Amino acid sequence: MALASSLPARTAVRPSASLARRRAVLHWVAVHSLAVAAALFFLLPFVFVFLTSVMSDQQALTSDLWPHRWRWDNYLTVWRTPGFLTWWRNTLLYAGAGTLLTVVSSLPVAYALARFRFRGRHLALTAVVAMMMLPPQVTVIPMYLFWAKQLHLTGSLWPLVVPMLFGDAFSIFLLRQFLLTVPREYLEAARIDGCGELRTLLRVVLPMAKPAVAAVALFQFFSCWNDYFGPQIYASENEGAWTLSYGLESFKGAHHTNWNLTMAATVLVMAPVILLFFLAQKAFIEGVTLTGVKG
Amino acid sequence: MALPLPSAPAALRRRRRREHARTLAFLSPWLIGFGVFFAYPLVSTVYFSFMRYDGFTAPTFAGLRNWDYVLTRYPFFWQGLGNTLWLVAVMVTLRVAFGLGIGLLITKVKTGAGLFRTAFYLPYLAPPVAATMAFAFLLNPGTGPVNHLLGELGLPQPGWFTDPAWSKPALTLLAMWGVGDLMVIFMAALLDVPREQYEAAELDGAGPWQRFRYVTLPAISPIVLFAVVTGVIQTMQYYTQAIVAGKVASGVIGGSGQQFEPGYPHGSTWTLPQMVYSLGFQRFDTGSACVVAVILFALSMAFTSVLLRRRSGLLGED
Repeated sequence: MALASSLPARTAVRPSASLARRRAVLHWVAVHSLAVAAALFFLLPFVFVFLTSVMSDQQALTSDLWPHRWRWDNYLTVWRTPGFLTWWRNTLLYAGAGTLLTVVSSLPVAYALARFRFRGRHLALTAVVAMMMLPPQVTVIPMYLFWAKQLHLTGSLWPLVVPMLFGDAFSIFLLRQFLLTVPREYLEAARIDGCGELRTLLRVVLPMAKPAVAAVALFQFFSCWNDYFGPQIYASENEGAWTLSYGLESFKGAHHTNWNLTMAATVLVMAPVILLFFLAQKAFIEGVTLTGVKG
Repeated sequence: MALPLPSAPAALRRRRRREHARTLAFLSPWLIGFGVFFAYPLVSTVYFSFMRYDGFTAPTFAGLRNWDYVLTRYPFFWQGLGNTLWLVAVMVTLRVAFGLGIGLLITKVKTGAGLFRTAFYLPYLAPPVAATMAFAFLLNPGTGPVNHLLGELGLPQPGWFTDPAWSKPALTLLAMWGVGDLMVIFMAALLDVPREQYEAAELDGAGPWQRFRYVTLPAISPIVLFAVVTGVIQTMQYYTQAIVAGKVASGVIGGSGQQFEPGYPHGSTWTLPQMVYSLGFQRFDTGSACVVAVILFALSMAFTSVLLRRRSGLLGED
């Protein structure tokens, strides 16, 4: 009797529990199949580019997807292309110097915009955002004329690097968004200890702002590395000042039937950026969220 | 006894002045930058738009002639504006929708979330020139892997970058491949939606779609607005991918002297920023290039002003 009376109760509970579990499993399978499909969309282009980069010239012109013979020497050929090393050096110089100067010049501005109270503060902030949103093509003609006619410095990296001395609107904005989140008490404690604003910025705020500074540095490095418009305008007239993104395109021109070499060069231009991302993933993702969501 | 009284405001004034000097010192890099790289060139651009100037001989006053030329006689202006607006409407919409979809998906992934997130994010990092070269190869109508796969599946094989009807969709596909930035932004916003609201909605019998429509969407709407407006502004500046795709697909790239058909094929990838470059640096018609630049500026700032509205909270004023 006891057994019999417990039966209906068990049959009433168990199906719904197993149904819930079955639904959870189905949900898991659906979500993860979708994720795998999306991952294929995002990753297959890399795979195809890589596979083509190790094909022979002839095979790269067919629609075969898998290399018959792995031609690793394609990478050596690309590496030895005249100019390729110069483009590397120039890109590193542009991105390295640009990043350093941007951080040094943007941090005090961001600090002032986040912490000082002064008249015109809102106006200054609005101007920063306007600068951030300004298409570079709007101001390029007077700027080019300035560098070409007044300073005679086109055909070099100077017109690309020097502006970084004067703050970068996006970096200022990102740093300011972060500095707003630093609790006031730290700054007041520093003031009571007799720190001036510059000391406070360097000794108290900077150590706390490391993730934001890292994010800004990475963004700036990538944006210099990826820049095509700037080098096309200011450096294109002198092959010795070309950067990778400008050189890569002309590389395709010189090897216009060799998709294998072009894809090997493409891999070589993508690789450092991807590598850097894996080394500093956290800082990067934090930076993206900071610009988009806070506030 | 009367002495300290007048000195107090003087000390205050001195302190004010010192604070003022300090603020100026901190802001000075950007103040110089604003003048030299924003205000001065902007005013010059407007000035040159009323001048006849070939970049070599002295500029002469032209009145509204450049404006008249660009708006009524330059054969490619309206086509370029049309393409830019097409990209703004289609590319931005699809990128935001897809970015939100991928953001939602990644918040639901339980196993290997970190790996999936990295996979979805990586293409965003690919340098635009390299990414465009890769897509020009992948979408190569004759031998590219994509059409190869489409053929195996018995699907139609579009001409992509070589067909004016497909070149902008091909660029859109490339833009969606690099949606990682939006994924991260949406992911963070979605994780911020209070869980109780979902539970309450579920108790009220709301299904997954209703929960998305009435809980998720209102909660993340400021971020959606942010993504749309910044997307529109970025697309107004759309340049590198369009120019590289056109050059690679037409086979005319690099080297000197070779003139490539702008916006190949048939002007279908021709945009406003390319117009500034082409008019100013290839045809040496500085005045007309500046007219296009002023139009580009006006359009971008119109959209920027939406971002600056208090409602969107971009500035996070306290």
